[in-house]
Amino acid sequence: MNAIDMVAPEAPDGLGAEKKSLTEALLYLDGVTVTFDGFRALNSLSFTVDPGEMRAIIGPNGAGKTTMMDVITGKTRPDKGDVYFNGGTTDLAKLDETQIATLGIGRKFQKPTVFESHTVIDNLRLALKGQRSALPNIFRRESAAERALIDEIFETIKLTDHRWRLGGELSHGQKQWLEIGMLLAQDPKLLLVDEPVAGMTDAETAQTAELLREINANGHSVVVVEHDMTFVRDLGVRVMCLHEGSVLAEGTLDQVSANERVIEVYLGR
Amino acid sequence: MSMSDTRQPALLGPSGMIFLAILVAAAVLVPALNLMTPPDSALHVPTYVVSLLGKYLCYALLALSVDLIWGYVGILSLGHGAFFALGGYAMGMYLMRQIGTRGVYGDPILPDFMVFLNWKELPWFWYGFDMFPFAALMVLLAPGILALVFGWFAFRSRVTGVYLSIITQAMTFALLLAFFRNDMGFGGNNGLTDFKDILGFNIQSDGTRLVLFVLSALALGLGYVLCRFLVRSHFGKVLIAIRDAETRVRFTGYRAENYKLVAFVVSAMLAGIAGALYVPQVGIINPSEFSPANSIEIIVWVAVGGRGTLVGAALGAVLVNYAKTYFTSGMLAPYWLFMLGGLFVAVTLFLPKGIVGTFYEWREKRRPPPDGADAPLASPKPAE
Repeated sequence: MNAIDMVAPEAPDGLGAEKKSLTEALLYLDGVTVTFDGFRALNSLSFTVDPGEMRAIIGPNGAGKTTMMDVITGKTRPDKGDVYFNGGTTDLAKLDETQIATLGIGRKFQKPTVFESHTVIDNLRLALKGQRSALPNIFRRESAAERALIDEIFETIKLTDHRWRLGGELSHGQKQWLEIGMLLAQDPKLLLVDEPVAGMTDAETAQTAELLREINANGHSVVVVEHDMTFVRDLGVRVMCLHEGSVLAEGTLDQVSANERVIEVYLGR
Repeated sequence: MSMSDTRQPALLGPSGMIFLAILVAAAVLVPALNLMTPPDSALHVPTYVVSLLGKYLCYALLALSVDLIWGYVGILSLGHGAFFALGGYAMGMYLMRQIGTRGVYGDPILPDFMVFLNWKELPWFWYGFDMFPFAALMVLLAPGILALVFGWFAFRSRVTGVYLSIITQAMTFALLLAFFRNDMGFGGNNGLTDFKDILGFNIQSDGTRLVLFVLSALALGLGYVLCRFLVRSHFGKVLIAIRDAETRVRFTGYRAENYKLVAFVVSAMLAGIAGALYVPQVGIINPSEFSPANSIEIIVWVAVGGRGTLVGAALGAVLVNYAKTYFTSGMLAPYWLFMLGGLFVAVTLFLPKGIVGTFYEWREKRRPPPDGADAPLASPKPAE
């Protein structure tokens, strides 16, 4: 536990003190523990993500990366610890997946999950921020603004030519992008992206890094879990290494890769 | 590139047009051939055939209601016969109260079975059923409220898949047992029968039978248009998304359980309407309509016609029921259930998309890709 680099929630992190609301963390986890049948998937995990920040999370299999995302998105309830969103105003541990999604946390799964029997454009239409209640959606019409927004997202994820194909017909890499596009359509404050470049070619990997940087530059906070170190280097952001359910090291990629413990448990000598 | 292109599928595609055209033709031709041809003519449609066809149309509407939730939301209900039967009972109660003093015991208020059971007054839940509008409302509300309560608990607890199928089956079985009891006040084992009038018209008369047939065709047509309207709306797209990836839908911010609930209630009400039109045409409603086997039969109809196509569900219901009528009236009668089971196995193995689904697939293959840009599938190879 010696290497845990805890960040206090009120840490200014280089931001001006006059922007009081921005000095508070967007996402705040403190002492989060999750146990499955005696196995501690998360062991007193604590970290924060600032508004507008992009963070990469690395770590060996079973380090708790996916469980961490499950806790943040309401799929799994923590046994112990606090999970707060929006500068400590919202307790995520009390909400379910749908409420958390509506609050502005979007998630891309490890295995790309798009709506396979819908066209690519319908996938985006479904994800688009807006009415979520059942009855009003029976009579919903697409507005010109929504159409323009979808076109914009198509440009960003480079799937404009594939809009009328079925989600299920896309290649693996295209599905990953479509899923990122669906996240963009949701316009969340925080994107949780689980292994976005798994199974991608080198060129696609580089494009995905660029895409995520672009999304981050537009004001979205992003948390990326990834094993691909080239990709993490491409992102050029603060890196956190998880091990056995807690933070092993945190810093720039170079700092983290130089850490003795990280080399021992993850990178190998 | 034109961005105004939304490619919303039409409310009525070619198959929908054909389907409605057939319904309109049937609603005109069947009564015409019944009324205008002499009984010995080869073209004559006898009244019993009119009622038989009307019964098929009710089954088709029932199949449509099952397809809405099974084909589009992935809810395999093995208890939809219960909603059909409840609609039927609501109509049956109205018809019982129309009998009045013409019953065997001649009691102006109490139906015969109540007199027989030595009941002195009408149970409270029979109040109002002497009025048609009230009964018509109950045709919708009885199945609708059951579906609402059942669905609220089931979907909120996230009961899905085979577990949901089993509890729907248990629901209809519980109702079967309950309605068998004389104490329930619905005529027990014998159910409700010996109807005389509907809205003042003799229920046995040829004219009434024709009107009921036309109304069944109308209900099926309107039910189809309603289902089409629902499934191609944004709401319907969410339903399909729930069928394919429910977790994703939740993480996208939709309350999947509410969507399922709305679809389930609409479906139950459609089944109730089908039951209400069925009862005056067959002249009886009894607890056997709740039997689990009936509900499973509906699934076979939908599977044969093509799940998730609406038109296919209706087609499957008519085809399988025609086969049932044909085979159960000859020497093959004892083997009908084997045939039905065999049909289900055969369809599952060799025609998993059903008749209409397979046709759509064939048509899709013959058609060139719609967009020039789509043609070269420039899909990068996944690594590894």
